Amino acid sequence: MKGVDVLATAFRNAFRSRLRTSLTVLAIFIGAFTLSLTNGLGTGINQYIDDTVASVGVDDVMTVTKASEEEPTEGPAEYDPNQIATDGAPGATATALTDDDIDTIADIDGVESVEPSKSVLVDYVRHDDGTRYQLSVAELVPGMRMELVAGEQVDLDATDPELVLPESYVEPLDLGSAADAVGQTVALAVTDATGEQVTTEATVVGVAEPGVITMGGAVPNDVLAEELYDLQTTGAPEAETTRYAEASVSFDTTGGAAQTEALQDRLADAGFTGSTLEDQLGTITAVIDGIVLVLNGFAVIALVAAGIGIVNTLFMAVQERTREVGLMKAMGLSSGRVFSLFSIEAVVIGLVGSALGVLGAVGAGQLVNSVSGDLLADLPGLTLIAFDPVSIATVVLGVMAIALLAGTLPALRAARQDPISSLRYE
Amino acid sequence: MVSPLLSVSNLHKTYGSGPSAFEALKGLDLDIAEGESIAIIGKSGSGKSTLMHLLALLDRPTFGSIVLDGTDTSRLSAKQLNQTRNSAFGFVFQQFFLNAQASVLDNVTLPLKIAGVGRRERTAQGIAALAQLELDDKAGNRANDLSGGQKQRVVIARALINQPRVIFADEPTGNLDTATGTVVEDILFDLNRRRGINLVVVTHDEELASRCDRRIYIRDGLIAAREAVAA
Ligand SMILES: Nc1ncnc2c1ncn2[C@@H]1O[C@H](COP(=O)(O)OP(=O)(O)OP(=O)(O)O)[C@@H](O)[C@H]1O
Ligand SMILES: [Mg+2]
Repeated sequence: MKGVDVLATAFRNAFRSRLRTSLTVLAIFIGAFTLSLTNGLGTGINQYIDDTVASVGVDDVMTVTKASEEEPTEGPAEYDPNQIATDGAPGATATALTDDDIDTIADIDGVESVEPSKSVLVDYVRHDDGTRYQLSVAELVPGMRMELVAGEQVDLDATDPELVLPESYVEPLDLGSAADAVGQTVALAVTDATGEQVTTEATVVGVAEPGVITMGGAVPNDVLAEELYDLQTTGAPEAETTRYAEASVSFDTTGGAAQTEALQDRLADAGFTGSTLEDQLGTITAVIDGIVLVLNGFAVIALVAAGIGIVNTLFMAVQERTREVGLMKAMGLSSGRVFSLFSIEAVVIGLVGSALGVLGAVGAGQLVNSVSGDLLADLPGLTLIAFDPVSIATVVLGVMAIALLAGTLPALRAARQDPISSLRYE
Repeated sequence: MVSPLLSVSNLHKTYGSGPSAFEALKGLDLDIAEGESIAIIGKSGSGKSTLMHLLALLDRPTFGSIVLDGTDTSRLSAKQLNQTRNSAFGFVFQQFFLNAQASVLDNVTLPLKIAGVGRRERTAQGIAALAQLELDDKAGNRANDLSGGQKQRVVIARALINQPRVIFADEPTGNLDTATGTVVEDILFDLNRRRGINLVVVTHDEELASRCDRRIYIRDGLIAAREAVAA
């Protein structure tokens, strides 16, 4: 028998007992559907985290803080004059980095450059003497990309003050549409160390969709950030202006994870804590992967049950076609071909079930995404359930492999069948 | 004398082993000449089907040799046996063994499909074989929808399609009424006469047996009598 005929015959045989095959296909459908959805959930959430990492920055920068000297103890903590408020929970503090510390960090092997982060507190933003609105300014890391509605990313090397405004500010500030806002000038006010409020102007170069890290904040370029920091620290004693909550350290990533870890060790030896973005998000990703793994486990159990269904279906088919198989063998069909006929039939059932399951999952995913888009409006850009071709192909091929395995036993029985005893009259 | 198509000597077949062993054939000799029609007759359980299965290379003898066209078949590999059955033999059984859901044409062309013949060629030959049995108008019907006589004609078309040298028929008319049985017999003997296809027919039916060139009477696994038609 020719290969194409084996395939065509197996395919036709698979649907000879329609109800029985449909039920088996349904069982596989359920398993493949669940597996695709749980996979899609993992992919969607991890993709979102990856995108967020890309929008926040770059994998060759780590945030360095000064390690707390003493372990946290019970009872009230002793006052440390070098403590500084951090952006974390209210009341959270960190030991500040001084200019000396910055120099120390810069000297550490593996550090390419170090940039103390200068946090700026903007009082308000205003356009054309209109209403004044509060605005937070996000930290800018080189390489940062944001999802823009209009305009461009800020130019780090530009000599003129630029900023990217969140989309939600466009209308209140009377800037027209997002596209109209690009190129317009807004005024930013800060209060300097003497308590006086001063303003400076900057050009809007882009309008950003709200993102997780920069949530609701504007992103300035270097020139603007410097200017705001200088204005804010005017009149402050030297000690105040040279204390930073943290610093960004650029390093060479070509050495891979091992080198990054070595650098973190060297920083730790010098009394600093360096954490990459991956460190900060890795825990979340690991938890999500763990949950998805458990969910996938359930789906795989469903698939194994469906595989047993295939075994059952095929045993019935072999039983039913005892004489047909006997006749074909009498007519010279080899045992090998009989084996392929039945195992391919199993694979066909697996293929149909898993293809339908994956398609169903993609459809259901779309539905879930449109609903969750409304429910999780605070996380724009989140596609809760995402499908990548590789995992879809893995599900389909995996199910086909399970089906092939399930088909072996019945196929072997059919292949071993003795033509004469199958043809003996009953 | 021309060497026989099939030559059997000292054929033994034992089913099972130990105390339950049953010797169905006990040393049987038989030569079948090219173009001959042979009837195998005997009481139920005498070993007729067993002999036919051995001759048709569906089973291997416990002892003894079967020589086909000068080749000792015990030396053939499983693959060669399959090929021989596929290309040289046609089968007609008492029961039709048709795939009820498949079309008449698909049933008839099954041996060609097994042989690896392409679809177009199969269809052409299938229609031709059905035409010979005046069934070409039923090619597209489901096999299940035919009458018993039509079904047996489909089976004969299927046995014919690979241009076999021998047609083995086990009780070919056992399931048919006398009139249809006679039609089927006519077709078989016509094939034998006109195309020189050997017939090996297992039957209870004296009338059918009498139309064969030669009759072999089997009793308890041995040939009890041989009779040639008095020409
Ligand atoms: N697979 C087997 N195992 C054990 N005994 C068998 C087997 N096949 C056949 N026999 C026995 O061998 C003997 C001959 O069987 P066979 O089928 O050749 O008889 P038969 O002459 O064709 O009878 P019938 O006219 O009823 O078809 C019978 O007694 C049967 O019980
Ligand atoms: Mg019999």
